[in-house]
Amino acid sequence: MKNYDIKKRKTLAENIKLFEIEAPLIAKNAKPGNFVILRIDDHGERIPVTITDSDVENGTITIVVQEVGKTTKKLGMLNEGDKILDVVGPLGRETEIKNYGTVVCIGGGVGIALIYPEIKAFKKAGNYVISIVGSRTKDLMIFEEEISKMSDEFYITTDDGTKGRKGFVSDVLKELIDDGKKIDIVMAVGPIIMMKVVADVTRPYGIKTIVSLNPIMIDGTGMCGGCRVQVGGNTMFACVDGPDFDAHQVDFDNLIARNKRFLEEEKVSLEGLKNG
Amino acid sequence: MADGKKKIPKLSYPMPQQDPKERIKNFDEVALGYDMEVAIKEAERCLQCKREEGKEICIDGCPVEIDIPAFIKCIREERMEDALNIIREKNNLPAICGRVCPQEQQCQKYCRLGKGKGRDPVSIGRLERFVVDYSVKKQSVDPLKKKDKKVAIIGSGPAGLTAAGDLAKLGYNVTIFEALHDTGGVLRYGIPEFRLPKSIVDREVEYIKKLGVNIETNVVVGKTIGMDELIDEYDAVFVGSGAGSPMFMNIPGENLNGIYSANEFLTRINLMKAYKFPEYDTPIKVGKVTAVIGGGNVAMDASRCALRAGAERSMIIYRRTEEEMPARKEEVEHAKEEGVEFHILTNPVRYIGDEKGNVKQIECIKMELGEPDESGRRRPVPIKGSEFLMDVDTVVVAIGNTPNPLIPDNTKGLKISKKGTIVVDDNGKTSIDKVYAGGDITTGAATVISAMGAGKKAARAIDKFLSS
Repeated sequence: MKNYDIKKRKTLAENIKLFEIEAPLIAKNAKPGNFVILRIDDHGERIPVTITDSDVENGTITIVVQEVGKTTKKLGMLNEGDKILDVVGPLGRETEIKNYGTVVCIGGGVGIALIYPEIKAFKKAGNYVISIVGSRTKDLMIFEEEISKMSDEFYITTDDGTKGRKGFVSDVLKELIDDGKKIDIVMAVGPIIMMKVVADVTRPYGIKTIVSLNPIMIDGTGMCGGCRVQVGGNTMFACVDGPDFDAHQVDFDNLIARNKRFLEEEKVSLEGLKNG
Repeated sequence: MADGKKKIPKLSYPMPQQDPKERIKNFDEVALGYDMEVAIKEAERCLQCKREEGKEICIDGCPVEIDIPAFIKCIREERMEDALNIIREKNNLPAICGRVCPQEQQCQKYCRLGKGKGRDPVSIGRLERFVVDYSVKKQSVDPLKKKDKKVAIIGSGPAGLTAAGDLAKLGYNVTIFEALHDTGGVLRYGIPEFRLPKSIVDREVEYIKKLGVNIETNVVVGKTIGMDELIDEYDAVFVGSGAGSPMFMNIPGENLNGIYSANEFLTRINLMKAYKFPEYDTPIKVGKVTAVIGGGNVAMDASRCALRAGAERSMIIYRRTEEEMPARKEEVEHAKEEGVEFHILTNPVRYIGDEKGNVKQIECIKMELGEPDESGRRRPVPIKGSEFLMDVDTVVVAIGNTPNPLIPDNTKGLKISKKGTIVVDDNGKTSIDKVYAGGDITTGAATVISAMGAGKKAARAIDKFLSS
């Protein structure tokens, strides 16, 4: 089944690229919340990437990747027609989609693309969908059109105020709550610190909040516990028990620390790529 | 029986090995194997016992019943190809078995020569290994007559590869579905290069492919393909998905940085080749002092990998005594030769980290042995007030694995035990008609050879089921 051809490649913003990859079995079974593990070449590492969209008819899945280290940079250098050596999925539990009433979906940075499948699914399930998306600056804003089309209310924030309102996604969420907006569930995908802040905002109000966690993974099938996270005092494997968890139960500080495990090695690796 | 006048050496011929001081600097194979001359000499020690009613011989100790006296006879006569064919008839992965089987508990335990006082049994494992390594280039496969029936195998570990090989030899169209990007299961990600070179695994997998078996990697059954789809599309299904879910002790601090499960540690090293970082992209961090928790083969593998990956000190922390260690004696010896320190009757209570969340100390408690438990081994009991601290940089938790729940959780109507294993009858048949299972998914974590035995048995049962 070595047919992981890159069918389409598109630059969405600086260092953020979209790929459509031929993987018919994955496309057929992918649900919102699922991810794949990919390995670019023989010497490559395995990295987890969220499935942003899938096209059963064409047998493709869509992923959106931000270039942050060696592997994502190497991926970014691949072109249409190139192949990825290994793509396995769909992995992880799917997001629990049903008609909750009013859903607030929050995406930060590349997380804006990653929460798109949930936004679509929540809308389809009959929810009133409020989307709040945030990026550092206007040039990094992605998936604006797609998300606005699927949302009943749509808010954009940028850290520097170059697009939408100046500030953070959590500021908008707080305002909605303060305005007395009835919110049944909040889902947030993005940098850990953003998800942590969202959890802190909703906690005093008892609003159910789901986050999609992004720990370091190796196999992605529950075999090694490299992705373990502390949730409600228990150890969970994000790849099989998640990646979605109740935000109010997650130990974010432990996750932040664990994701820094290989910081030095990641730098060495990236330097190696730059120096050819 | 051998000629009574001919004197049989009491001890078996030793196998050359890499010097411990040298070998801890590399991942090359420790045991170097017999050469032809020594192999023939060792083969000449064999008494050529016949299998008779009421008399147990080496064959009875082999889970796949290789005709051992027959292949040893071929070695004596320098008919290596014949020797290989005799082995291959029963065993699809002999280069692996010759290396990782606990022969002292199997074939060699039954060797009649070894029953004599002060005598070693014939080194059957070393001879099996010699035959396969010697004949590697001459492995040909006769074209097989194909049947029009299809069998799906889940998992390319020892159970799946064995079942696939046997079914292919019987003419079935066999497809193996493997979740990882490479084949072999624990042979690939678990057992290190210095015990089982991956080129050997490649070679054995090539042989299985030559038999006509199709292998699909990157397919997680239960996710990429539904179990129900496989049951619909294939005439029979064999589940050999193993016990690959790591156990933790659930003690405070276990999620600190620097604490790995043995599966993560070994997968990074063996499958991802992190010991060659940055030539390979997967990193691993091994500090100066590494502690491995546990006393099985996996713990020995991890402790020895740690030394090779740069640890200055590597320690085993085990709650019972060396006598109760489930690891093979040979592996314990090898670890000791290489300088691994053994802390027995010791158990971790909690881990202590620094301000960055890295592990820096283990608090351990001393243990003593009490009454035997359900495993028959004496139960370790903590000695009150005996807590003490050890400084460490890296910890590897190697206290065991449980069955991977992916298949059990995603298969309707499959009977599962309380331990999460798939329930099977004597023939490996599950509660679903067309579905068979074997290896660690039915027994919990066990040995490579018992998984192979289960694969063999299930293949026989599947053939019977499909022929009726």
